[in-house]
Amino acid sequence: MPKRVDKIVIDNSDVIIKNWLKIVSDKKQNDYTSSISDELFQSTNREFVNVIFDSLGNGGITTELESFSERLVNLGWPLSYLTDGLQTFRRVAIDFVLSQHDKIDTDLFSIILDRVDSWVDPIINKLVNEYSGSWEHTVSLQRVALQELSAPLIPVMRNITIMPLIGTIDTERAKLIMENLLDGVIKHNAEVVLIDITGVPVVDTMVAHHIIQAAEAVRLIGATCILVGIRPEIAQTIVNLGIDLGKFPTKSSLRKGFETALELTGRTIYREDKKETIVKDIMNQLSEG
Amino acid sequence: MEIKPCVNIRQEWDIVGARQLGREKAKELGFGTVDQARIATAISELARNIYLYAGTGKVYFETIDRLDKKGLKVVAVDEGPGIRDLSQVMQDGYSTSGGLGAGLPGVKRLMDTFEINTEWGEGTEIIAVKWVR
Ligand SMILES: Nc1ncnc2c1ncn2[C@@H]1O[C@H](COP(=O)(O)OP(=O)(O)OP(=O)(O)O)[C@@H](O)[C@H]1O
Ligand SMILES: [Mg+2]
Repeated sequence: MPKRVDKIVIDNSDVIIKNWLKIVSDKKQNDYTSSISDELFQSTNREFVNVIFDSLGNGGITTELESFSERLVNLGWPLSYLTDGLQTFRRVAIDFVLSQHDKIDTDLFSIILDRVDSWVDPIINKLVNEYSGSWEHTVSLQRVALQELSAPLIPVMRNITIMPLIGTIDTERAKLIMENLLDGVIKHNAEVVLIDITGVPVVDTMVAHHIIQAAEAVRLIGATCILVGIRPEIAQTIVNLGIDLGKFPTKSSLRKGFETALELTGRTIYREDKKETIVKDIMNQLSEG
Repeated sequence: MEIKPCVNIRQEWDIVGARQLGREKAKELGFGTVDQARIATAISELARNIYLYAGTGKVYFETIDRLDKKGLKVVAVDEGPGIRDLSQVMQDGYSTSGGLGAGLPGVKRLMDTFEINTEWGEGTEIIAVKWVR
């Protein structure tokens, strides 16, 4: 009996494909695929339905199905296009097989349902796996990208290094900050490291604790840590929390911190005013003349 | 009764979710930047304590909008181990996890009212309110 169901469907593939294409095309108007060109949509539909029939004939998942789904994943077609398409196929196929019988009892009905499910379900599973695999891959790539951004060190000048922190700090990132800070101090031979927290939205006890520990560790390897970019509201919450940052220098802005860093490394900013005076003199002479 | 905005704490990043929702509510109520930072920090402390000591729990918010005053109520509940000695955990510097031990006494100072209900072995509920000035 199940074989007969197969035969009905395969022998009448033309009609079933026609019905299927009609329903799927109608869906396009108000749907996810509305941004895709008509020709591409139609040709993809035809390919899709051929792939489905192909896998029926060959009893399951075929290389055509695999390469088809891979291509759609790469092109960024929504998974719902494929799952909707397969659900539609399920309905169309069942309707058609039923229409070929005059008398339908529950036994026959359940045989038909079973048979059609046994084609469609493995394909759906396969596609969902393919898609979620590609999402997981994307997420893990982004995680790596984020990690690379999470604790950058900039050696701005001999002996002076800056670590600008932007965004939320969780435990994983706090550990990275510590590691990068220590590695960086040694690698760049830094005497002063500026940690800039202008871009950190909330400094709670966990973040403060990690910063204190990092600064302490930096001190132990013989360098000085300056905490800069403490916004006024952050300063107030740190005081409310009762956290003592008195053990190492803190500055409100990166500029002030940098000036301190220059002093600590035996340098000062010398402003060369001479050129300006010459220009002024020339201007004066011109206006007088 | 209004539906209370609520964040489930199950993993570390949920702390950020709770904080963001709380800050949003605080902004809506018209809190200034400093108070917004205080509220966000307090939520961060409470949510992190749930994550660290109870494993899971939730943080929810109630906006108080009366004629005479407006404010934000933050409630953190969990069914974790509870706290045995309340006076001990409210001391600055007391921590069972090697932290600064500044969280709970800090929240008390960051907010205007602070209340703990806890039963050893049953869980903990912390209610804190900040008034708009
Ligand atoms: N929800 C909770 N359930 C059980 N125990 C808790 C809970 N919250 C806090 N505690 C206990 O109270 C102690 C003090 O908490 P508090 O937040 O003040 O400091 P901490 O978390 O140890 O350090 P930090 O300064 O980083 O917050 C904790 O070490 C913990 O033992
Ligand atoms: Mg804490």
